[in-house]
Amino acid sequence: MTSSSKNISLAFFIVALVCIPFADLVVYQVEPWDELARMGQGLIQPSFPELSILADSLINTVAFALLAVSGAAVLGLGLALIFKSRIVRIFSASVRAVHELFWGLIFMQVYGLSATTGILAILIPFTGIFAKMFAEIIEQQSRVPNTTLAPQSDHVSRYIYTWLPQAWPQMVSYTRYRFECALRSSTILGFIGLPTLGFYLETAFKQGQYDEAAGLLFSFFILIATIRWWLHSKYIPSTLLVPLYLTLALFALPESPQVYGSSLVQFLSHDIWPKALLNGDIFAVFAWYQHQLLDVAIPALWDTLLLSQLAMVLTGLLVLLFYPWASKVFFPKRFSLMRGFGRSALLILRSVPEMIFAFVFLLIFGPSGIPAVLALALHNAGLISYLLMRHSEQLNYRTDSGRGLNHYVYDVTPRVYPHFLSLLLYRWEVIIRESAILGILGITTLGFYIDSAFEDIRYDRALFLIVISALLNIAVDSFSRKIRAL
Amino acid sequence: MFKLDHYNLDTRLLDISLSINAGEKVALLGPSGGGKTSLLNALHQQCADQVAWCPQEHGLVEPLSGYHNIYMGQLDQHNALYNLVNLIKPLAKPKQQITELSAELGLISEQLSKSVAQLSGGQRQRIGIGRALYRQQETFIGDEPVSSLDPVQAQQILELIFKRHRTVILALHNRKQALENFDRIIGIKAGKIVFDSPKKELIKNKYQAGLLDSLYD
Repeated sequence: MTSSSKNISLAFFIVALVCIPFADLVVYQVEPWDELARMGQGLIQPSFPELSILADSLINTVAFALLAVSGAAVLGLGLALIFKSRIVRIFSASVRAVHELFWGLIFMQVYGLSATTGILAILIPFTGIFAKMFAEIIEQQSRVPNTTLAPQSDHVSRYIYTWLPQAWPQMVSYTRYRFECALRSSTILGFIGLPTLGFYLETAFKQGQYDEAAGLLFSFFILIATIRWWLHSKYIPSTLLVPLYLTLALFALPESPQVYGSSLVQFLSHDIWPKALLNGDIFAVFAWYQHQLLDVAIPALWDTLLLSQLAMVLTGLLVLLFYPWASKVFFPKRFSLMRGFGRSALLILRSVPEMIFAFVFLLIFGPSGIPAVLALALHNAGLISYLLMRHSEQLNYRTDSGRGLNHYVYDVTPRVYPHFLSLLLYRWEVIIRESAILGILGITTLGFYIDSAFEDIRYDRALFLIVISALLNIAVDSFSRKIRAL
Repeated sequence: MFKLDHYNLDTRLLDISLSINAGEKVALLGPSGGGKTSLLNALHQQCADQVAWCPQEHGLVEPLSGYHNIYMGQLDQHNALYNLVNLIKPLAKPKQQITELSAELGLISEQLSKSVAQLSGGQRQRIGIGRALYRQQETFIGDEPVSSLDPVQAQQILELIFKRHRTVILALHNRKQALENFDRIIGIKAGKIVFDSPKKELIKNKYQAGLLDSLYD
C-alpha cells in the first residue's frame, strides 16, 4: 500500500468522524414491530401477481435495460477515446450527474409513459458513466507496449493494437456489470410509473401487500442471479446471442403513445424557465434564483454532502469486511459452501434497490439520516465487495503464500487496495447521485426537493435544482480525480 | 551515435558520460537495481525512431495473438485501415514475413495464433524480441532480452540479433554471454559506470578482471 493511499483513507475517515455531530442521526422512538412482522410474514409467504402481469413487467424491465446499455456502451466507447477533451468530460459528468429517475421525470413530460422515456432515461446517464469508466480503464493499461512501437505509428493504430486489446476484457466485464445496474435502474423507473417491475413493487409496498412485494422482489433477484445463464451461454457465442436479444427486445417494447413535437418545444421553451424570466423581469428573476439557492439548494446540498460522506466511509469499512468471504482466494473449492453464501449475500445487497433498504430502515430508525446512510452503505458495499472479490481472484498468487488472516493482511488486501480506493472514490459520486433516489422517501437531500418540484409541476425549480446537483457531481468528480492522481 | 555527457537521473544515474558509435556491440553488466534499465531508457530516448527497442517487461498485449504482437513493430508502415483489417484477419504479406521471422526465433505457427497470455515465459520473450526485430532498424537496444531462455537458445537468439543489426546494446545478467559475444563491456553499479572496457582488456588485464568481479560484491 502506498503512503498516499494511506493518507487518503485516513483523511476520509477523519472527515467522516467530524461529520457525525452535524448529520441528522437521531434515532426516533418508533413502533415498527407490527409493520416489520407483516414484512417478515410476507417474506416467508410470498405471493406472485398474475403470470401475464409478471411476465410483461419482467420483459419490459429487461428490454429497457438491454437496449439502453448497448446504446450507451457504444456511445461511451466513442466518447472515451476523446475523453481528454474538457468538453467531453464536462458533458459526460453532467449527463451522469442526473439520476435515471430524474431523466425519466424529464422525458416523461415530453414522451409520456413510453418505451422512449424508459430507454433514454437509462441510456443518457449510462453513456456518461461508460465514457468515464472506459477512459479510466484504458488509462490504467500498461504503457510499455506503446514504447516498443515506432514513434511514427498513427493514433488509431496505436489504440486498436495496444490500448483497446489490453482494456477489452475489463471493458466487457464492466459492461456486463453495468447491465445488472441497468436492470435495477429499469426496475426503479417503475416507481415513477413506467411499466417495469418497480411499478408493481412500489404499488405493493405502498398498499402494505408485503407478500406480493416479496414475490416481486424474489422475481427480481432470480432475474439478476440467472443472468449468467440467459445472457452468457457456453453453447452460443455472445456475438450471436446479444444481437439476437437486442432484436427480441425491440419487438418486445410496449407501444409508445403518439408524441407531438409541440410538447417538446413547449417544455424546453416555456415550462422549465421561471415565470419572471419569461416575463423579462430581471429583478424578479434575480430574487427567484436567490430564494431558490439560499432557502432550498444550499441546505439540501449540505445534507446531501454530510450523508454521502458518512455513507462512503461506512461503505469502505464494510467492503474490507465483506469481500474476502466471497473470494476464491480465501475460500477455495473445499469451502465452496461458505463462498456460495458470501456471494449470495453480496448479490442480495447489491441488487436490492437502496429504496427498499431505506424503506425498511425508516421503519426501524424513524425519519432521519440513519436510514439513508445505512441503505447507501449496504448497497454500495455489496457492489464494491463483489467487484473487489472478482479483482482479487484475477491476481496471481505464489503457491507458498500465507493463509487466512495473514494472506488477507499481507498479500491480498495491500494488492487490491489501490483498486479498492479507486472504486470507492468513483462510487463517491455515485453515492451522491443515489442519495437523490432516497429523497423520494422524504430524506431531505437534493433529490427530495427535485421530486417535490416535479410533483408540484414546478419544472422551473426542478430544472434549477437538477443543474445544482449536476454541478455538485462535477465538483466531486474532479476532486476525486485529483485525489486519485496523488 | 549515442552520447551522454555528465547525465543525471535523480538517484538512479549519477554523472554518466558515455558515447557509443554506430557498429559497436555493447553489453551492460551489473547488479539488479544498479541502473542498467535507466541507462538503456536514456539511450533509447535519444533516437527512439531509429531503434528496435526490447524492454524488460516485453510490453506484450496479453489478449492479442503472438502474430499481432510481432506485427505491431511495423504499425507505422501502414495506414490505420490496413492495420485494422489485419487485426481482424491477418493479411497474407505480413503473415508470411512474420512466419519466417518466428521460425528463426524458434516459434511454431501454432504459438503465433494463440493469445500471448497462454504462452510460456520463454515463448513470450521470443515474441517480444520478434516485435523488435520486425521494426527492421539498424540498432537494437534490449534489456535482458534472453533472460528466460536456456544458454543454447539464448546464444541462437543473440546471433540472430547480431545478424540483423549493425549496432547492438544489451543489458545482460550472464557474464559469460557478455564476454563471448560483445566487443565492449560497460559495468554499472549504484548509478555509476564502474568500468567501460574492450572485452580483451577484461580477459587479459588482471585489474580490469577484478573490477568485473567487484561489480557483484
